[in-house]
Amino acid sequence: MIWELFLEPFAQFGFMRRAMLGCVAIAVGATPVGVFLMLRRMSLTGDAMAHAILPGAAVGFLISGLSLGAMTIGGLVAGMLVALASGFVSRMTALKEDASLAAFYLISLALGVLIVSTRGSNVDLMHVLFGTVLALDNAALILLCSIASLSILVLAILFRPLVLECADPQFLRSVSRLSAVTHLTFLCLVVANLVAGFHALGTLMAVGIMILPAAGARFWTDSIGGLLTLAMGIAILSSFSGLLLSYHYSLPSGPAIILVAGILYAISLIIGPVGGLIAQNRPRKRTAS
Amino acid sequence: MTALAFRNLTLGYDSLPAVKELDTQITEGSLTAIVGPNGAGKSTLLKGVTGVLSPIEGRIDLGGFHRDEIAYLPQQSDIDRSFPITVTDLVAMGLWREIGSFGWLTRAQRTRIEEAIAAVGLTGLGKRAIGSLSGGQMQRALFARLLLQDAQLVLLDEPFTAIDARTMADLLQVIRRWHEEGRTVVAVLHDYETVKTHFPQTLMLARELVDHGPTATVMTSENQMRARLMCEACEATPHICGKSAA
Repeated sequence: MIWELFLEPFAQFGFMRRAMLGCVAIAVGATPVGVFLMLRRMSLTGDAMAHAILPGAAVGFLISGLSLGAMTIGGLVAGMLVALASGFVSRMTALKEDASLAAFYLISLALGVLIVSTRGSNVDLMHVLFGTVLALDNAALILLCSIASLSILVLAILFRPLVLECADPQFLRSVSRLSAVTHLTFLCLVVANLVAGFHALGTLMAVGIMILPAAGARFWTDSIGGLLTLAMGIAILSSFSGLLLSYHYSLPSGPAIILVAGILYAISLIIGPVGGLIAQNRPRKRTAS
Repeated sequence: MTALAFRNLTLGYDSLPAVKELDTQITEGSLTAIVGPNGAGKSTLLKGVTGVLSPIEGRIDLGGFHRDEIAYLPQQSDIDRSFPITVTDLVAMGLWREIGSFGWLTRAQRTRIEEAIAAVGLTGLGKRAIGSLSGGQMQRALFARLLLQDAQLVLLDEPFTAIDARTMADLLQVIRRWHEEGRTVVAVLHDYETVKTHFPQTLMLARELVDHGPTATVMTSENQMRARLMCEACEATPHICGKSAA
């Protein structure tokens, strides 16, 4: 029973094993980035940038069809351009960064869908929007694992300035000149991981595996190490469960993974001991002074 | 000897000056309060000294100090208290000059962190998340970080805001000790009584310099009135004085 339900799909089918490996790579690389996005109150920025990579990937698609390399390069370029352009607009005009990001991502999404639709079919459009985690080939897996490895390495190097940049930016600027470098490198990591997530989960779902596990983990721990570990665990569990649900009930795999992450987030939101609904509204015991 | 010299200094945000044409100097080993109305440019001036802000015009001479030798206490409102970091981790950042962005903490450094936490009266709270601390405890933790920085020039931005009287007395004692050790301490303060009682030197600012010297001669009602009027005049003509200030 356990074998049939949980293990047989992976033992029997290579595409399931590749999908799981791809999801683990995304969980290890993208989820820690998602934790820092959340802690920097940039969750919606991540969402906007996920949409922003679409026209770049679409131009890659226009030139080379569903080519991994062209769509990756296009996505990276478009993501970085939108991140920098929205920062430029918020600095040079009266518009705040959230509004300029929203404007850029709406334009990007419309442009991306338009470009894909002019050349490709509805199937191609669905591929770009929701990904094809069950169709990851070796080249895609190598790309996902490389981005995950690079992310972990860069985060390990930048961990301390990144923590200070979030918690006490004025202090970081007073002791180090790394503040701007840290911010820019972090934006590059966000874009790279969104592009990785895009190949597996599509432009609309990629940010889900970044943010939902991070948001869920926040209700269980108040240490940064615990948060990073737990978020990765939730992402891997969501991927495993989502893939099995998709296999057994013939559901689209990307949305199934994100929905499981959503369910785990909802459970954490209710019963999580660190600021969850129940913990927050439990009558406090009076302590003798 | 001069610790800090402001040479015709203009500082601000987006080219709008918050401090204008400041020309004065702070003596090494002095204990100086920076006072002035809200929006007078006090915090902006400290950000200029730490290098967070670059001068629009003029310059800041740090005497014999290097920027790394400055310890800076930001306002509590600049710190994200919801960030999941413990008191020990926050205090450990005071060793940045020694450990940098990715150096390991040695056993001796861990002991120094514990000693700094104990010195500000937070023994036993090292593993607590900073979000669970009271305002006074948080300020004590930030002072522990300053202790570890062991700097010759200490800049404090509103160190006594929203803290209890006992914490304030304890922190004032730490400041007095720094002064006795010959360090230069500059603090932005709002409470004039604290300034008159504990700070021998005062620099009064209203975007421009109002007065600077011994506290008794600077903290006069005439100077306070002048500072208020100067700031109000600037608010009425922001295109001339600049409308953004800390």
